Amino acid sequence: MDAPQDQFAIRVRDLVVGFGRQTVLDHLSLDVRRGEILGLVGASGGGKSVLMRTIIGLIPRRGGTIEVMGQPTGGHGRGAATTWGILFQQGALFSSLTVRQNVQFPLRENLVLSQELMDEIAIAKLEMVGLRAQDADKYPAELSGGMTKRVALARALALDPPILFLDEPTSGLDPIAAGEFDALIKTLQKTLGLTVFMVTHDLASLTTVCDRVAALADGKIVAIGPMRELLQSEHPWVRAYFHGKRSQMLQHEMR
Amino acid sequence: MNHEPLLLATPSGDVLNLRPEGPWTAANVVMLETLSRSVGADVDRSRAVTLDMSGVSALDTLGAWVLEKLSRRAASSGRSAEFVGVADHFSGLMDEVRQVNRHTPAPTAAPNPVLARLGDLGKSTVGAREDVTIFLELLGALFMAVIGVLRRPRSLRLTSLVYQLYRIGWQAIPIVALITFLIGAIIAQQGFFHFRRFGAESYTVDMVGILVLRELGVLIVAIMVAGRSGSAYTAELGSMKMREEIDALSTMGLDPVEVLILPRVAALVIALPILTFIGSIAALYGGGLVAQFYGDMGPAIYMARLHEAISVTHFEVGILKAPFMALVIGIVACSEGLRVKGSAESLGRQTTTSVVKSIFLVIVLDGLFAVFFASIGM
Repeated sequence: MDAPQDQFAIRVRDLVVGFGRQTVLDHLSLDVRRGEILGLVGASGGGKSVLMRTIIGLIPRRGGTIEVMGQPTGGHGRGAATTWGILFQQGALFSSLTVRQNVQFPLRENLVLSQELMDEIAIAKLEMVGLRAQDADKYPAELSGGMTKRVALARALALDPPILFLDEPTSGLDPIAAGEFDALIKTLQKTLGLTVFMVTHDLASLTTVCDRVAALADGKIVAIGPMRELLQSEHPWVRAYFHGKRSQMLQHEMR
Repeated sequence: MNHEPLLLATPSGDVLNLRPEGPWTAANVVMLETLSRSVGADVDRSRAVTLDMSGVSALDTLGAWVLEKLSRRAASSGRSAEFVGVADHFSGLMDEVRQVNRHTPAPTAAPNPVLARLGDLGKSTVGAREDVTIFLELLGALFMAVIGVLRRPRSLRLTSLVYQLYRIGWQAIPIVALITFLIGAIIAQQGFFHFRRFGAESYTVDMVGILVLRELGVLIVAIMVAGRSGSAYTAELGSMKMREEIDALSTMGLDPVEVLILPRVAALVIALPILTFIGSIAALYGGGLVAQFYGDMGPAIYMARLHEAISVTHFEVGILKAPFMALVIGIVACSEGLRVKGSAESLGRQTTTSVVKSIFLVIVLDGLFAVFFASIGM
């Protein structure tokens, strides 16, 4: 009966967001299907992060509606952490807590459970993102870029949220680490049945892990679909993005 | 569909059949822990355990781990444990959970408390020596920077120096004047109040004059500057260190001591005597107002008494101390700033340390100066 609604994890309709006189998102609509990995591309400063932050409620909107898992959002309450996990660009780990405490933080704040189980869950999450139990007592300042992202991912997944937001997950990682991170996201998405919303510039991630790619230009979604379709798109900005010199070279390599 | 998790335990012979039902998710964690604990004894007693997963309606990492822990508990003592009827969409998660927590690192043994205390004591002793070394190193580096500037006066960062002077000198004048004014007034009031009992009211002026010029003026101002500007220096340099700005400077062939620290410390050394002078005058003025309105002593008499009671020596003693205190505050603030490590917490800790340490050193230095001036008869 409510199948069409059930099909979508996130539905954004006519979203308008602006700062001062500037309108960043102009009547934007976007659907994210359940269980897919959606990549969002757009010019730097073009509103990708703004869109993500508006969906999770960090930026107020001027108009439009956002539905997450069939529920309209408005004011993020205590339940937010169980609905979605967010991987911020710089990791945003709490620098005064150890890795273990960082991962336990959402558990501790949202659930009542024994310390023993909490420790085990934290280690389980860390191992699931490819870290070792020995790393659990380090502080964020002692971690490399790739490890920071992994810990942040473990923290985002601490409560097994159905939706995962990633803000440029592979930026600042070397190609090998970035490839491993992509594979990790794909694996976790399969095992945990996640819906992933990924803001990225990494063409390799877009091609290898994203089920669909949405292109944001002039405050609107100008093209959406599997990577193959986007490459055929006639929109000038999308053409420039995927058929520029850098992109061409990458695609050529991949072929 | 069940809305609460259940765990049905049915023993058949030596085999224990466990059948979890309903949503085994983090939201129900309290019930999950109770359920798994309640069957713990049964699991230990039976020879084999089967976990029938067909009744589970929802599963997440936490639920899967609680079940996996039950099966490991059985398996740990050599008995068999197996999962049956795992739905396809849960099998990936179950497989994943089966891999985790296999290599628990050996728990570090709690150290002997006495030894731990001794270790802490040793560490802080070494730390104190390190503090002295760092202080002397920075003092030496500053001296070298000053020599460098004397040889090539153009390498002095004049803009930076003037800007720091404006920030820590000019902008500090209102608050310094206000506080020293109040302190002077309070001391004068206390003097009149207590000296009146043995008719020695006129000596209040001597007390205010000598105390303010020799000790209080410079001490209060130094403490305020340590709190106001020393903390700012530590925080600034600390965040520059955190964001690798100081490393960037070094790689461009510039000396951070010359570019960042010298202008700051020099500004303090110039500004503190001036602030001390302003503060002392404000305190004397506060004392004078109290003398007029509380002690019934007119401005003319107050001035005349002050003239008799104090000499230039008192003023010199106070003002001579100011640059040395400024040097101590500046070096402590800058060295603490450079010791900031990556985290925000470290920045806060070093800023606190900087203020506490510089106030402590200012007071110690004041004590040493008191001994020194007494022995040379000033």
